[in-house]
Order: sequence, then structure tokens, then C-alpha cells
Amino acid sequence: MTEGETMIIVENLRKNFEDFTAVDGISFSVKAGEVLALLGPNGAGKTTTVRMLTSILRPSEGRASVAGHDVVANPEAVRASVGVLTENHGLYARMPAVEYLHFFGELYGMPIALRAERIDFLLTRFGLADARQRRIGEYSKGMRQKLALARALLHNPPVLLLDEPTSAMDPESARLVRDAIQELRSAERAIIICTHNLAEAEELADQIAIIRRGKIIARGTPLDLKQQLLGVGEFEIRLAATLNGNLVNIPPGMQISAQGAKWLRFRTRQPEQDNPKILKALLAQNLPVIGLQEVPRSLEQVYLQAVSAPEGVEVSYAA
Amino acid sequence: MLRNLRPALIVTRREIRDQFRDWRILVPILALTLFFPGLMNFAAREAVSFVERYGAPIIGDRLIPFLLMVVGFFPISVSLVIALESFVGEKERRSIEPLLSSPLTDLQLYLGKLLAVMLPPLLASYLGIVVYLWGVYRQVGWSPDPILLLQVVALTMVQSLLMVSGAVVISSQATSARAANLLASFIIVPTAMLLIGESMIMFWARYHILWWAIFGQALIAGLLVRTGIAYFNREELLGRELDILNFKWGWQVFWGAFSGGAKTPAAWILREIPRTLKRLALALFCVLAVFIVAGWVGAQQAQIFVLPPEIMDIRNLQDGFVQSVEGFESLRFFSVESVPLVAMHNLRAVLLATVIGIFSFGVMGLIVLMLPFIIIGYFTVTAARAGISPALFLGAFILPHGILEIPAIAIAGAAILRMGATLSTPAQGKTIGEALLRALADWVKAILIFVIPLLIGAAALEVFVTPAVVLRIFGG
Repeated sequence: MTEGETMIIVENLRKNFEDFTAVDGISFSVKAGEVLALLGPNGAGKTTTVRMLTSILRPSEGRASVAGHDVVANPEAVRASVGVLTENHGLYARMPAVEYLHFFGELYGMPIALRAERIDFLLTRFGLADARQRRIGEYSKGMRQKLALARALLHNPPVLLLDEPTSAMDPESARLVRDAIQELRSAERAIIICTHNLAEAEELADQIAIIRRGKIIARGTPLDLKQQLLGVGEFEIRLAATLNGNLVNIPPGMQISAQGAKWLRFRTRQPEQDNPKILKALLAQNLPVIGLQEVPRSLEQVYLQAVSAPEGVEVSYAA
Repeated sequence: MLRNLRPALIVTRREIRDQFRDWRILVPILALTLFFPGLMNFAAREAVSFVERYGAPIIGDRLIPFLLMVVGFFPISVSLVIALESFVGEKERRSIEPLLSSPLTDLQLYLGKLLAVMLPPLLASYLGIVVYLWGVYRQVGWSPDPILLLQVVALTMVQSLLMVSGAVVISSQATSARAANLLASFIIVPTAMLLIGESMIMFWARYHILWWAIFGQALIAGLLVRTGIAYFNREELLGRELDILNFKWGWQVFWGAFSGGAKTPAAWILREIPRTLKRLALALFCVLAVFIVAGWVGAQQAQIFVLPPEIMDIRNLQDGFVQSVEGFESLRFFSVESVPLVAMHNLRAVLLATVIGIFSFGVMGLIVLMLPFIIIGYFTVTAARAGISPALFLGAFILPHGILEIPAIAIAGAAILRMGATLSTPAQGKTIGEALLRALADWVKAILIFVIPLLIGAAALEVFVTPAVVLRIFGG
């Protein structure tokens, strides 16, 4: 697979369980090298979407393809191309970790030498090498999560579907896993992460899709979503001198949103053009600048804004 | 098949290894394999010495082969427990999703699980048989006839396959281990009855009948395996979380299949009923063929179980009929009130065939409907032997009402067979419940539109026309 190739295509996907619609006509695509984070409250349809993308559930309508294989027409090829970290880790408690990984490697048709090599690599990568012969039942929650992730990565799949990849992990382990995901992205994979951890989504994802009641209600890059939902970006300038009530001569189109004795905030749609202009204006007025930075806006605000929007409102749709 | 078997065996291997790590499975298997045959040896030795004291060695002779069968059966009973939780247990332990996400096909996954739950108890059974035979040879010097040994080995295998295939079907469709255990009665009760029947055969020493038992169980086990594969799908395992009867959904599926989307009764009659008949066509063909075979079987039985010729002597018959017109009246022929009684009798037979047909893939239902044709075949040949032309016999006794009754029974049989076959036939994207509801809708249509009207008409003919024709032809 080459970087930029579309690895996951989802078109108007719908899933009904008898008279309940779990996923209601969603569409998105993920290219190789990209990470898409699916955010949404419990029961929003994230896991159902992942299960359709692994050909476990059959879509009621619409189509989806993964690594070039249609999820309905070619389910075995889809599953062979996907590494899945499921919401429940699905580990066999009585099995030693190394035997567990060998079992899945064999199911994916990996030759024994390659299997052994990948198992060694992944167990070492996730700090489980010393516990390789221990029964999984003796593992801690975090260790189990890492082992499940190792299983998902074992056959080096071009598509990764990770449901809550860092849940139940201590901060150090979570960092380890996040770093691993960053590495995997650079290895030109398409990755979908379902998570409740908004900071993690912001850190890892190129695109974010917020799902509510089976529908994607907001989608875009983290920056796009913030602009769409929270308004244009706000910046703060800290000064070395007091303003003393002087009005700053700001460029046209910009708007001061607040100001204090030694600071001021303004909003702009084009920070790359407007920020140099305002700095120039301040310096022209002999007002020394200590710093200029964007006022932090969390993804949590975006998420809460999106999920509290009235039913039927599509918040943002990036291309 | 081999292509499917290799990945399936990976699953089998893992499952078996896992079973041998679980002492709760291991201890009963070992006990039933090593301790129980020893107990049976003791029982056999004591029984033989006891009955010999009273000059009844035949009881000992029959008891030893019977215990051989019991020793084979007990370890495989463990397979039922393992099989019942094979899918649903993993689902409850939340370990099944990665397996479902692997590139295994449904067939491979199903076969892998089926073999895993069957092989260890079956091998334990065979080991138990060896232990028992060794013990009984040492203690009383008995060794089995090779054919009998082959029968017990085969019987043990088909019983194991029957229980396991049924339990795996339940396990793959149930939403909880508790529900699967409750549904296990559908396996335990018939198996217990089978075992009672087989025990009677063993004590009766009619060992050749065991081949029929083996054949019948192998057939049903094959159908159960097919049902399991047909209806096994990943979606069912993960999609449903709760056992809730959704009457609204059930009614929608049933009504949709019953109405066929027709908006008016006329459209329903003109469009949906022909479509239903078309769906039943193959089953109808099979049922008619089965009825012909049934007639032939009856005719064959008439050669074996011969009635005294005077019973069917035409002169006796003529005299008897002439004299028994009053007897006819006592049977309430020529009476309007008899029409619903005859119709209801036939309808009850159809309903009985339907109920047992659902639980036997339609087979037992067809056997019920075959019985009248066996009787017809039997009496036609018997009458022929007494000098009555078969055409005349059939034309007088059967044809007048059979012209309506036979099509009614054939259509009912086709609907029953289709409903039974639905269980073992893959239904793309449909659950067992949905497929059964659709087949039930076709059955209801067939009963309402064809069977009931035809049976009422046939009853009227049977009450008024058939006796008149019989009296006219044979009344002298």
C-alpha cells in the first residue's frame, strides 16, 4: 500500500437490528497514513461500525471496502487485512501469552519463523517479554490490553481498528501505546480509533468523526472542528508594558475580544496573515511583546457542543 | 473439504488443549474412562455369578453387551456440557470476538468447534470400552462378537455426534449459557428415550436393529450439522445480546410473508397464493413420491403379513355390505353431522404431523401422513388376492373422496416438509426464527386456502358419496 491510497471507504452504511437502527447511513474514508478517531457516547454505533468493517456484521444498506476488499463480498480477505483491538480483549485466561499469539498467528497463516520473530518483537515492544510464558489470567489489566494490541498487530495488517486502545492502562503504558500508534501511522497504515479519551484523539487523529445515535454529526480535522463549533480561533498577546488605555491600532477584519493592563485577546480567521500584522502594529506603538499564543480550546468543548446539538443538525463536514 | 479442515484443526487443537487445562472437564472424563468401566466390570461379574446360581445365564449374557454400550455412552455425555458452552460460553467470557475477526470462514470455525467438543469425550469413550472389555475378559472370559463391537463403536460415535451437533446448534443460537442449558432438554430427553430403546434392543438381543438406530441417528446428526452450519453466523453471535421475544417484529415478519405485500384479498389470491404454491412445488413433488413409496411399502407388507382370504372374499364382502347397511348408519354415514367430524379428524392428523414435523426436519411429519397410504397399499393387494380388482377397490373405497383428500394431504405434507427443511437449509441473511416464521406463513396459507376447504369437501364426499359408491359396486 502506498501513502495516500484510500484504504477504508464507507458509503451510506446502515445497520438495523430488527426494528432498531444502530448505524444510520454513515460515510467516510481513511487514507493510508491517516488516523481517524471515532468519538461518541456509549451506544452511538462506533463498535457496530467497527464490526461491519471487520465483516462480522453484515450491513443492512450501503457499502464499505477495506484494503480494496468489499466487506460483504470478500469477508475473509477483509478480516485478513485488518488488525482489530476489540472492546473486550478476548483473551484465553488459561493460555500462556506466547501460545496465544502463536495461535492467532497460525490462524492468519503466518509461517512459524515469521510468527516467532513478530511475537518476540511485539512482546519486547510492549514490555511483555519477561511475562511471555505466564498464563494470561495472571496478567494485569494493562498487560492484557497490551497483549491484545500485540495480537492485533501480529500479522502486520494494512488496516488497524482499535477500540479504546489505552483504556485501563497506567499513564506510562498508555504513552507506550500512543507512541506505537504514531509509529504505525508513519508506516503507512490506515487506522481507526474508537475512544472516549479526547486528548488522545486530538493527539493521534488526523480526522475526527463524532457519532451520535448512529449518525456522524461532526467530522473534520481537530482544528476544523474547533473553528466550526467554537468559532474562530482566539489569540492572546502578553506585553512587557501596560496598555494604559491605549487602543491598539489593529488591522481591519480583526476584532479585540478582551483586554487587560498588559494583555489583550483577539479573534481571527487567518492567523497566519493577521498575527504578523498585529505584532507589527504593537511594535510600531512601542509596545514590547512577550508572547503570542492561541487560547487553548479543548476537544472536549467541541465534543460536548456537538453531542448536545439538536437532533438532525449536521455540525461540520470536511472533505 | 481439506482446505477447510486445516484452519479448523487449528481451532480444534487450541480448544482441546484448553479443555485439558480445565480440571472440571478433565476429572469427569478420567473418572468415566477409568473408574466407571471398572465399576461396570464389577457389576457384570456380580450379576453373572448371581444369575448363574439361579440358572438364568441369559440375563448375564445380555447384561454384559448392554454394559458395553453404557460404558461407551457415559463419557460422551460430557461432550454435551462442553458443546453447550462452546460458542455461547466464549461469548459470555467475551473471548469470541477476536476469533470472529480472524480470516476463518464460518464453516471452518464451526467445524473446529464441533471437532473440539466431540473428540476428547469420544476418545475417552473408546478408552473406556477398551478398559471394560479388558476387565470383563479377565473376570468372566467374555469377548464381544466383532460385529457387535463395531455396532457399539459406531453407535457411540453417532450418539456423540447427535448430541454434540444438537448442542452446538443450541450454543451458537443461544444468547446465554443459561438459555443454552435450559434448551438442552431438547437433546437430553430424546437421547434418554433413544438410550431406553437401545437398551431394550440389547436385552432383547436383536442386534441387527442397532444398524437402523445407527443409521437413523447418523441421518439426524447429519441434518443437525447442516442446520448448525446453515444458521451459524458471526452476526447472530455478536448481534444479539438478550433473549427477548419481540412479538412486534415476529408479527411483522409473519404478516409480511403471509400477505406477500398484497393490498387486497384479490391481489393476495391472484399473486401471493401462486407464488406460495411455486415455493412448495419441489416439496410437493417429494411428498407425492413419498406417498407412492408408502403405497409400495404397504403392498410389500401385504405379502409378509397375510390376512386370511375369507376376510376380503368378495362374496362375503357383498353379503356383509348388504347386511350391514344399518351398521353403516350406526357409523353415521349419510349424515351431515359426520362431515365436520371426519374433516376435524383429518385436520387433527395434519396438525399432529406439523408439530412433530417441526422437531424432526419434516421427516416424522411425513411418516404420519404416509401411514394411510401404507394401509391403502396393504389392503389393495389383500383385496386383489381375494379376487377384487385393484382398480375397482381403489375406485370404490378411495377415489370418491381421495380426489380431494389426497391433494389436501399432499399440500399439507409439502408445507410441513418445507417448514422442517427450512431448519437445515441456508437462509441468506435470515435467522432461524425469521426463516421459520416465513415457512410458517406459507404453511398457514396452504392450510387456509387449500387444506381446510379440500378436507371439508373430502369429508362430505366420504360421508355421502364413498359409501354410496361402495354399496353400489359391492352391494350386489
